Amino acid sequence: MSGLLDLVKPRRSLSRRKRADRLFAACGAGAVFLVVLWIGFLFASLLVRALPAMTAYEIALTVQLEPEQIPPDNPRRGNWRGVLAQAVADLLNAEAQTLDAELIPSERVAAKLLLSKGAAAELRSLVIKNPSWLGKTGTESARTVFLPVSDSLDQYAKGLLVPSTQDGALVSPKTAELFDQLRQAGVVQRKFAWRFFVRADSRFPALAGIAGAVKGSLLAIMVCLFLSFPVGVAAAVWFEDFAPEGRRTDLFRINVYNLAAVPSIIFGLLGLAVFLNFFSMPRGAPLVGGMVLALMTLPTVIVVSASALRAVPSNLREAALALGASRQEAILHHVLPYALPGILTGTIIGLARAFGETAPLLLIGMTAFLTSVPEGISSPATALPAQIFLWADQPERGFAARASAAIVALLIVLTLVNLAAILLREKMEKGRSR
Amino acid sequence: MTQTQTTATTEGADNEICLEARNLSVRYGKVQAVKDISLVVRARQVTALIGPSGCGKSTFLRAINRMNDLIPTCVVQGSVRLGETEIYDPAVEVEALRARIGMVFQKPNPFATSIYNNVAYGPRVQGLVRHRRETDERVEKSLRRAGLWDEVKDRLKESGTSLSGGQQQRLCIARAIAADPEVVLMDEPCSALDPIATARIEDLMDELRARYTIVIVTHSMQQAARVSKRTAFFLLGELVEEGATGEVFTNPQDERTLNYVTGRMG
Repeated sequence: MSGLLDLVKPRRSLSRRKRADRLFAACGAGAVFLVVLWIGFLFASLLVRALPAMTAYEIALTVQLEPEQIPPDNPRRGNWRGVLAQAVADLLNAEAQTLDAELIPSERVAAKLLLSKGAAAELRSLVIKNPSWLGKTGTESARTVFLPVSDSLDQYAKGLLVPSTQDGALVSPKTAELFDQLRQAGVVQRKFAWRFFVRADSRFPALAGIAGAVKGSLLAIMVCLFLSFPVGVAAAVWFEDFAPEGRRTDLFRINVYNLAAVPSIIFGLLGLAVFLNFFSMPRGAPLVGGMVLALMTLPTVIVVSASALRAVPSNLREAALALGASRQEAILHHVLPYALPGILTGTIIGLARAFGETAPLLLIGMTAFLTSVPEGISSPATALPAQIFLWADQPERGFAARASAAIVALLIVLTLVNLAAILLREKMEKGRSR
Repeated sequence: MTQTQTTATTEGADNEICLEARNLSVRYGKVQAVKDISLVVRARQVTALIGPSGCGKSTFLRAINRMNDLIPTCVVQGSVRLGETEIYDPAVEVEALRARIGMVFQKPNPFATSIYNNVAYGPRVQGLVRHRRETDERVEKSLRRAGLWDEVKDRLKESGTSLSGGQQQRLCIARAIAADPEVVLMDEPCSALDPIATARIEDLMDELRARYTIVIVTHSMQQAARVSKRTAFFLLGELVEEGATGEVFTNPQDERTLNYVTGRMG
């Protein structure tokens, strides 16, 4: 009877142990809550800051592309500023009834006040892409184009800048009022900032985009993948299947494993000293960036692949060898396919780390200011994290939002890559259930 | 018992020697796993190797198809002959040797591929089949001999790992005999199986011994008594006694064998 009571009515020490148990679980749940809160805060603040970079205010201008202003045979030498000044003056004249007369600035400064500093270059590249617009006269030479408004007005319209009469203020109340009236007249419109996704870097925030950096990053990562995956897997196979046991192999192994912990900037220094200075490879090219990142990723790939190979049941290898397969056949036909999900997961995680790496790229010059999208692996390029670094360092306010937007883009790419790694592993592991 | 002995002698006349180990010793580093064993295995009959765990019977089995080569610290001394061939001759290609000596393992270990590809793997790497029809024939023949054909003929494309444990082990047997070996080594083939699957494998061995020489390592003395014609008793790396199975179990010459088979030791 007393034995039963002992079970039904637990002794005091047991209730204390149960309380400790609950506390232990609560600590774990609390830790998870903190992590989720922190990540949520990070993402939310990034998204809020990145949002302004997703839209741009643009002004509809009718430009007169007369041959005397823009020579059709050589449009690069045209008087683009003059064309724009004229177009702005025409616009203000046309809208004279809807605008307050005292707000209208003099013709000399109107274009400068309203338009982005990059508007002339933007119009020029637009026209060069459409040569049929040129060589016409009178009303036929007129074209309506959308050009970005000045950075300060863009910021003002997004509520990031307050007009002020002080000296050195970026937007005066008068200009702000004029801008609001132009908006009401429908001449200024808020548009999706497509330039951000298709353009390379620019001195002007309104024209700067991440395409150059994304392509540079992707090219470097491809080079990194093609170097580190085969070399890393081959090294892991040697370590696991062919290396003679002994002190020398252990020394190799320890060295390789230690490389995985070397700070990435050291690999950048190595790249600078060996690839650039000794082999005279092109500075700032994705080829060199990818090689440096491959050096950095290689130890990770080797370590992960070796442990994936070690996890292959030994009876699989034995089954193949007992049938008279050679070691190479046993590895290629059975061991590697079985270990592949693990190897791929490790490689993708290593690549994701390399994708977000900035330090080694700084040293080999992949942080240059480049206004065009790189063409190939040997042309100068910049990488996405380096682009973030560059923009975060700029005084113009428009770049702050772009830096945040680039961070969001980087995080999206990384999330997709990790998701792909998880799905790939699950799919392949299903195929080998035993 | 006398009957067993008589059959042994009558069949013994045409019993050519298939495998012969002479003064075979195997060391793993400093540990001597097999000590100076000489044993003759006759063709087309079942020879059982029994003994307590760690007595060297699996090591001896793996010395026959040189699976011990995979262990870097393993040193083999002495000689093993397959027919006229010394298998530890440096000129012997181990891949070719293993095509003549199939092996079935303790745990069923089919490849994570289709049933068909499991069986076809050996003949393919050995270059025994040139086109699809030859492979088809060989796969069917091997599966029939392993008693699995009727159960899997409609799902040859399904994964070998989707079969039950007993079916997997019969698939492994089909795979081991697909390259037409002379010898099939079985390393405790039933220790992971239930009694019904075990009985099927034992029946299968009875059929297979018409074509193949079978050497089986087993922990079950009943199994050894049921399936084998001759039995060898190993203890601490030494061969204590070898003889006709009935003789070894009912009238052992050595006291240690008697203790083991009567359950007083092991």
